[in-house]
Amino acid sequence: MNLLASLPLYPLLSFLVLISFGKRLSWAVASWLSVGAMGLSALCSMLLVAQLSTSEVNVITSHLWQWFSVGSAKVNVSFYLDALSAVMILVVTGVGFLIHLFAAIYMKSDENFTRFMAYMNLFIVAMLVLVLADNLVLLYLGWEGVGLCSFLLIGFWYQEKNNVLAARKAFIVTRIGDTAMAIGLFLLFKSLSSLNIVEINQLAQTSETFSLSIANNEASDAYWAALLLLGGAVGKSAQLPLQTWLPDAMAGPTPVSALIHAATMVTAGVYLIARMNGVFIMAPEVMTYVAWLGAITLLLAGVAALAQTDIKRVLAYSTMSQIGYMMLALGAGAWSAGVFHLMTHAFFKALLFLTAGAVILALHHQQNLFKMGGLLKKLPFESALFFIGLACLVALPGTSGFFSKEAIIASLWLSPTAGASLWWCAILGALLTSIYSCRLFFLAFLGEQRFPKDLVISDHLETNHLLRGALVVLALLSLFGGLFTIDLSTVLPLSNESELSPGWLHAVAIITPFIGIAFSWFYFKRYRSRDIISLNESQSSWLVFCRNGLGFDVIYRFLLVKPYCFITQLNRRDLFDQLIMLSAWYVEIWRDVLSASQNGRLRWFAGTFGLSLVGLILVVIL
Amino acid sequence: MTDIPLAHVLILSSLLFTIGFVGVVVRKNTLFMLMSLEVMLNAVGVAFIGAGSVWQEADGQIMFMLILTLAAAEVAVGLALLIRMQRRYRTLDIDVLSKMKG
Amino acid sequence: MSLFASIEGLFYLAALIAVIASLKVVTGKNTVHALLYLVISLLAVAVCFYLMGAPFAAGLEVIVYAGAILVLFVFAVMMFGLGVDETMHAPQSKGLSLWFGPMLLAALLLIELVFVIDNSELKLQLSNKMVDAKQVGILLYGPYLLAVEIASFLLLAGLVAGYHYAKPEHQGRRL
Repeated sequence: MNLLASLPLYPLLSFLVLISFGKRLSWAVASWLSVGAMGLSALCSMLLVAQLSTSEVNVITSHLWQWFSVGSAKVNVSFYLDALSAVMILVVTGVGFLIHLFAAIYMKSDENFTRFMAYMNLFIVAMLVLVLADNLVLLYLGWEGVGLCSFLLIGFWYQEKNNVLAARKAFIVTRIGDTAMAIGLFLLFKSLSSLNIVEINQLAQTSETFSLSIANNEASDAYWAALLLLGGAVGKSAQLPLQTWLPDAMAGPTPVSALIHAATMVTAGVYLIARMNGVFIMAPEVMTYVAWLGAITLLLAGVAALAQTDIKRVLAYSTMSQIGYMMLALGAGAWSAGVFHLMTHAFFKALLFLTAGAVILALHHQQNLFKMGGLLKKLPFESALFFIGLACLVALPGTSGFFSKEAIIASLWLSPTAGASLWWCAILGALLTSIYSCRLFFLAFLGEQRFPKDLVISDHLETNHLLRGALVVLALLSLFGGLFTIDLSTVLPLSNESELSPGWLHAVAIITPFIGIAFSWFYFKRYRSRDIISLNESQSSWLVFCRNGLGFDVIYRFLLVKPYCFITQLNRRDLFDQLIMLSAWYVEIWRDVLSASQNGRLRWFAGTFGLSLVGLILVVIL
Repeated sequence: MTDIPLAHVLILSSLLFTIGFVGVVVRKNTLFMLMSLEVMLNAVGVAFIGAGSVWQEADGQIMFMLILTLAAAEVAVGLALLIRMQRRYRTLDIDVLSKMKG
Repeated sequence: MSLFASIEGLFYLAALIAVIASLKVVTGKNTVHALLYLVISLLAVAVCFYLMGAPFAAGLEVIVYAGAILVLFVFAVMMFGLGVDETMHAPQSKGLSLWFGPMLLAALLLIELVFVIDNSELKLQLSNKMVDAKQVGILLYGPYLLAVEIASFLLLAGLVAGYHYAKPEHQGRRL
């Protein structure tokens, strides 16, 4: 289908034009170009999904060309659209379009506007390639492409050192996961001799040797492959061992945070696991790991979010925690619930980030929650939108977040790979979510305003109907996105519906957010009090510990960064480099010898001439 | 056939050639180098004449004459260069001319 | 026939003289002395040529080498003012000892030449195996015509180059 192939084409063309002509394009042209390309892509993806829902085979493929072939395996550049990737392209192009629209207005005054939009478009291209790839190598291309764009966009304001450091950190940390994933790909290719995703999923089920362990105590190929793929997913989705880059990634412009670090890229890990479900099912231990990783990340990120002072960092930790939910769902075998949460999360987290961006812009780039307050009166529109986003995040009944989160929680209790303890974790996570959401809302929007009185809230954003339109659409999606029914049964195995689970589970799950809200209503009384003019950040060591991401950065610095730097210091003059330099040294010696012979003395020349003659005659004689 | 064996003629030629070569390499004075070159050319002439006389052919002598013209031209140019060098550097030391360093 | 009376004997003697004279050329300190030794060396080689049955070559050797080329050298030495750099380090004139070597060698050569010319028996021997000037001339203007032409061009080039390099630098444009 040509329509499928054209999907990443529009952003790619836009990217090429923008990056080639750069500053010669006016704001209007550049934004029309990039947003228009996104709009076309979104339109195409909607058409495609409509086609998909009516077609009988449930799959649309588009073979473009053969990329390369390794032995018998051919790696094609070809796209594959099924229900799972349909969800993803809807999210990527739909939410991406809205965020592009927002970004075009948000970044209007930036002098590198065209570069920004070019990177955004490139990101969409890479993301679409990732999502639509029909083989793992093409998927990996997209995977690395989004990593690159993430790096470029986090460090977009590269004049400030912190941004560059954050970009570097994000790049390096995700690279660790990507390496694991690459090894996983090799392992899959070795044991299944195929790189096509559909084939791998089928072969993994049917192959006799794949899931069998060679010796009794050794793990099977399936175990290792799944574990390595999980490594990649963990890096990209900021889950437990590799989660430290995401909060720092908030250094990028807010639309970037919304697009890449909330809605699309960070969920690529979830997508990967869902996509490779055939492999993961054959490794139930790894499924349990996924669930536990998700659960632990969910709780830790929730705790860390409680202590943040920066509005974007709160949202970042919240993103981590929500992705934890998705992982938990995947690990529990509730595939479609996880993907469903991915979609709704993309809606409401994009809404939250964009609204936060609008607020931050209105406050002249003030991101500190303790310097906000009372925004409900000053910015009622943004406040309402933010409230909607938080309601979805907290999963108040009726919102989209409610449906997806309930679906996850419901499937946990009786899951063979998860279990009751994980159910409790999810409930605890929901409680934490509601508490930090309330804290965020109270601090930012209730209470007395704590920014300087003379700080005039700029209103050039408010007048912009387009911007508001984008936000309103996102808000509507967040509210009613739960009503979409996505039928993933053609792609993903059915999750075991928990009809046998006790009836009180649902009640507990529904009530939990309200408990959290009630708790914070009283516990954070100070924050919504109208009397307190200035709030100080609490500096107790426990809070600071939480604020710094529960000490993971420190641990990694001492465990990994410092020893690594030490080793590099030791090996400053790279040992292998020196070995290579030996040949250079050898050549240099000969150069010296020969250039010393070129001393410009005629007699010396004559002498060597004679000497070589003697040598020549000797050779002839002997 | 002459009674002088060709080997002896060639030995003489080699001796002269070697002496000339040593002169070219050892002497620093360019004039002496030129003279040594003459000796070397002469040595080659000896070899030609010897060969020509052994086979009773005139070709050897013709070759000698060609060498003779070569020597004449070489000496003319060489001495002219020497004069030039003497004017510019006030010396005939060949090591002064070492600007063609590698 | 004694060793000296035979052609071989004479040849070896001339060869010895040529070698010794050449050595003196190479090792000499005084430019003029070296030149004189060179003349002796060339004359000795000319004798060798004669003994090898190439009188024409011998004559050319004497005329062109010992005559023309050496005169060129002498002129050059005169222009340099007697080899300024090396003669200063040379030992001052020690009278006869300085002349002894060249004189001795020259005398040996002379004796040899006279002996060769005087001895009729040797003349007879030589006349048998001469390659005379006629043969050389026929060959030279026959098959070797091109070589002669090239040699003349070489000489012309030598002439032009010699003129160009030797003229004072301030005259005309530098190349």
